[in-house]
Amino acid sequence: MLSANMVELAYLLAAVLIIFALKGLASPESARRGNAFGMFGLGLAALVTLQMDSVQNYAWIVAAITVGGLFGGVAARKVPMTHMPQTVAFMHSLVGLAAVLIAVSAFLDPVAYGIANAEGGLYMASRVELFLGTFIGAITFTASLVAFGKLHGVLSGQPLVFSGQHMLNLVLGVLMIAAGVVFCVTGEALPFMVMLVIAMVLGVTLIVPIGGADMPVIVSMLNSYSGWAAAGIGFTLGNNMLIVAGALVGSSGAILSYIMCKAMNRSLFNVLLGGFGGEAATGASAGAIGQRPVHAGAAEDAAFLIRNARSVVIVPGYGLAVARAQHALKELVDKLLAMDVQVKFAIHPVAGRMPGHMNVLLAEADVPYDIVYEMDEINPEFGDTDVALVIGANDVINPAAKSDPASPIYGMPILDVIKAEHVVVIKRSLSPGYAGLDNDLFYMDKTMMLFDDAKKACESMLHTLD
Amino acid sequence: MSMQAMNSDIVSSAVVAHEASTVDPVVFSFTVFVLAIIVGYHVVWNVTPALHTPLMSVTNAISSIVIVGALLAAGPLEMNLATVLGLIAVGLASVNIFGGFMVTQRMLSMFKKRK
Repeated sequence: MLSANMVELAYLLAAVLIIFALKGLASPESARRGNAFGMFGLGLAALVTLQMDSVQNYAWIVAAITVGGLFGGVAARKVPMTHMPQTVAFMHSLVGLAAVLIAVSAFLDPVAYGIANAEGGLYMASRVELFLGTFIGAITFTASLVAFGKLHGVLSGQPLVFSGQHMLNLVLGVLMIAAGVVFCVTGEALPFMVMLVIAMVLGVTLIVPIGGADMPVIVSMLNSYSGWAAAGIGFTLGNNMLIVAGALVGSSGAILSYIMCKAMNRSLFNVLLGGFGGEAATGASAGAIGQRPVHAGAAEDAAFLIRNARSVVIVPGYGLAVARAQHALKELVDKLLAMDVQVKFAIHPVAGRMPGHMNVLLAEADVPYDIVYEMDEINPEFGDTDVALVIGANDVINPAAKSDPASPIYGMPILDVIKAEHVVVIKRSLSPGYAGLDNDLFYMDKTMMLFDDAKKACESMLHTLD
Repeated sequence: MSMQAMNSDIVSSAVVAHEASTVDPVVFSFTVFVLAIIVGYHVVWNVTPALHTPLMSVTNAISSIVIVGALLAAGPLEMNLATVLGLIAVGLASVNIFGGFMVTQRMLSMFKKRK
């Protein structure tokens, strides 16, 4: 067995490797090496723990790792990229549940963790840490399950709103903290279990009012929670590496939540209150949909426009992925590049169902990442763009976000598609987007509407160019 | 006052003085925690937005570092509720560690430059 100092130093090395894993993600070239660092870090941490004297139950432990590892490995190979948001949500719930189980186990048998006092019970400080780790883990567990259900379509994506909802959450929250305080003072099992159960209920009631459109924020937030839960366990065990890893994940999720909120021009508080993205917004703008003239074109007309352009910027939205049009689009892009048309992709931060989702979907279709640009990089270029080709996106290009202070999305950052010389919009119909708003861009003289399924439209354009 | 009582008095006052001057380990942990948040803040803002999905899947694997706690819980040879819960937690964390790193690797291998 390694000395206590050696164990600490090995944990330090693991923590440094984990930091490098995240650092690698600064660019796609360094990311793969970073991922390998991360694997080494976790493997090292697990091995160092396994060689401790107190860990003897090898047969069962190896069995648990094998079963879990096989399940995770197979899932990682099979899961379609469009299902990444719910996969990540599901994994968050596993972290939450694992944290809860560890906390309960630590409560039952503090001796195994070396955190028992003289009577074999828990110190006050350990109880406080256990309380924090348990309730964050429990909320992460059930909230992530609900998020998974909503994203996977097992549960309705509609927000579930009822009167007194926020009051209920407040009461539950107060009860949970009260039970937690009683546990910290007495160290008894009953308040601990009550606190645990209320936290699990709270995880459900907090997420049900939040609509499918806000799920990118929620998945990021739960990412953050899973990190704080890990850090909480780290405090309980007095293990600095767990605290470092948990804090890194916690701040990562918090930053992603912030980025998503900013991209939707919403406050986190506003998202958490819920009720958004349910029924389509009513009012004058919605009533006028379909009653104004548009320039509808055929795929041949659109193909003619883009083949004669010098520069084309493609704006993909989630509709592209729904129609499974990525591969057809990639072929179209190859064709255009071969004809010396400059092609770039413009990605809005909320283009997919989670942060960076659209980039992965395009990468999967073999679109090279160096022609894919973020909103801030590409926006100044729309003025010099001949054709902006919008596929399955709506709210993220709605000029009302800049021009109409009365619009619900006013202030949301958008892609400046309106500045391009021509705009081609591929869309099934004039139906409004998530925010339920009409889009003035569709009725402009420079805009050609191509009413078709995204995949069929791309294939027809490709066929025309042949 | 007997010699023994005096000695024990000295010892106990020394213990009190020692306790007052040493820092609680929780404070050390908290120091590490705050510094790690700051490191995380700077490292994560440097992550390119194109890789935010792999960032989430890899952080999933990283937060499964709780496997360290699960292993300690599952460690004792005599099986009881605490050990069984620990073993389940080992299994759950393993799903995430293997699944998280492998799906991240799969995604990262898709990102290619223009030929």
